[in-house]
Amino acid sequence: MKNLDPQLVWAFAGVLGLLALSSLIGLVLKAVVKKPEAQATIGNLNARIGAWWIMSAIFALTLAIGPVGSLVLFGLMSFLALREYVTLLPTRRADHRTLFWAFFIFTPLQYFLIAIQWYGMFAILIPVFAFLFVPARLAIAGDTELFLQRASTIQWGLMICVYCLSYTPALLMLKIPGYGRPAKLMLYLVLVDQLSDVLQYVWGKLLGRHKIAPVISPNKTWEGFIGGVLSATAVGTALWWMTPFRSAVAAAVSLTIALMGFAGGLTMSAIKRDRGVKDYGTLIKGHGGILDRMDSMCFAAPIFFHIMRYFYVR
Amino acid sequence: MTAHPLAGVIARMARLISGVNVRWVDSEPDARQTVYFANHSSHLDFVVLWSSLPAEIRARTRPVAAQDYWDKGLRRAIAVNIFRAVLVARRHASQEISTALDNPQEAIEHMLDAMGSDNSLILFPEGTRGTGEEIAAFKSGLYYLAQRKPGLRMVPAHLNNLNRILPKGEFLPVPFISRLTFGSALTLGPDEPKPAFLARARSALCRLRDI
Repeated sequence: MKNLDPQLVWAFAGVLGLLALSSLIGLVLKAVVKKPEAQATIGNLNARIGAWWIMSAIFALTLAIGPVGSLVLFGLMSFLALREYVTLLPTRRADHRTLFWAFFIFTPLQYFLIAIQWYGMFAILIPVFAFLFVPARLAIAGDTELFLQRASTIQWGLMICVYCLSYTPALLMLKIPGYGRPAKLMLYLVLVDQLSDVLQYVWGKLLGRHKIAPVISPNKTWEGFIGGVLSATAVGTALWWMTPFRSAVAAAVSLTIALMGFAGGLTMSAIKRDRGVKDYGTLIKGHGGILDRMDSMCFAAPIFFHIMRYFYVR
Repeated sequence: MTAHPLAGVIARMARLISGVNVRWVDSEPDARQTVYFANHSSHLDFVVLWSSLPAEIRARTRPVAAQDYWDKGLRRAIAVNIFRAVLVARRHASQEISTALDNPQEAIEHMLDAMGSDNSLILFPEGTRGTGEEIAAFKSGLYYLAQRKPGLRMVPAHLNNLNRILPKGEFLPVPFISRLTFGSALTLGPDEPKPAFLARARSALCRLRDI
């Protein structure tokens, strides 16, 4: 429990208040709105809020356990995200053993490297070693049909679902002078990124008129994008006290997180549309799969990490 | 008959590992005596199908499995004690290409015995594991069971992606999310000829693949 510094507790108290407020609004909407087509949206909204309670509780619990808790949580999420990803994509019989390596060797190893704080190997395991291993193993398997497409599919899945996502708990490796344990930093990233998603959804539902990318994501609108990104930036700025930043820097960093998150959501939606599905999975009620929830994190986490490492770690 | 004490745990584990998403299309679980017939592409098939049935139905549902594969050592202990599998002999067991039953009449009697008055069966009428893409022509067992037990419910169950989790010839699984789709029951019509019934059953199964 040594990770529970007061700032962390305050941040979670804020989350708790936000959840309680959302649940209250959800209940009121459910009681007031009678239009059948709006009721479906409100049902989904309430399912999402319910899932947020559970996700927040799990995240709080793993954060309280310490680095091991966070590593196990994100390792498991990478595993499940990769499972959703490969299920959706066409793999062939000959990919079987390469996929076994991806799931049972590279994924745990990536998180193990964070646990032993070996940054140098963490940063290259997948972009260098797995990148070369995957096509070589596929060549040994001997099936040349769509070879490059199959190799890239597996490489890309490892990069997004494992490498990029693992940057979130990798923040725990950083030693920032005068800041203490970086668990707060991880919470800050998750808060700004996920709130940006939520606020884009809320603004979109309230004011959304002009579709921003109708082919890729029919629910994303300019109003949702601008409102969501700006309000997430405002929240991120207001939370400067839990970061090593001055408030102006906190604004720039949280704007970056929100924009990267948007890019992530859009990119991962493009894959879903190509494969003709709405969601990657059904694990999280109201949201879809792990990858539907974490798509923005996959893009925001690596950039946030490297901003921190470049400017704040000496 | 009561379920094995480990049955619930194993069913839960099988559902977790296979990430199976179970759907009942135009149908719902029914405790009446039933033959569940499914496409076959992985050793996991019957385990996942059995695990996806509601516990009280599962306790009275027995998979039909090939004796040559399941009748040895640990496999037998698991198949017989936990799943209460009905083992039937195949001819030329060593060559997977031949899927003919050693003695079809005896196998049917054996299955009818195992069903008694209230047990259900899980049956793979293709006779052997396929590649997971095509559903092969059905063997006649399904028809003979229906003929011997007039009015017997035959429920199609389509298994998707299990061949990707554990394909033929592999021993290490890779995680994929799988899907199991149950369809509505069919019964043998009066005077319905064997080929017509088997084709109807097969097309009911194929239809579930595309839903």
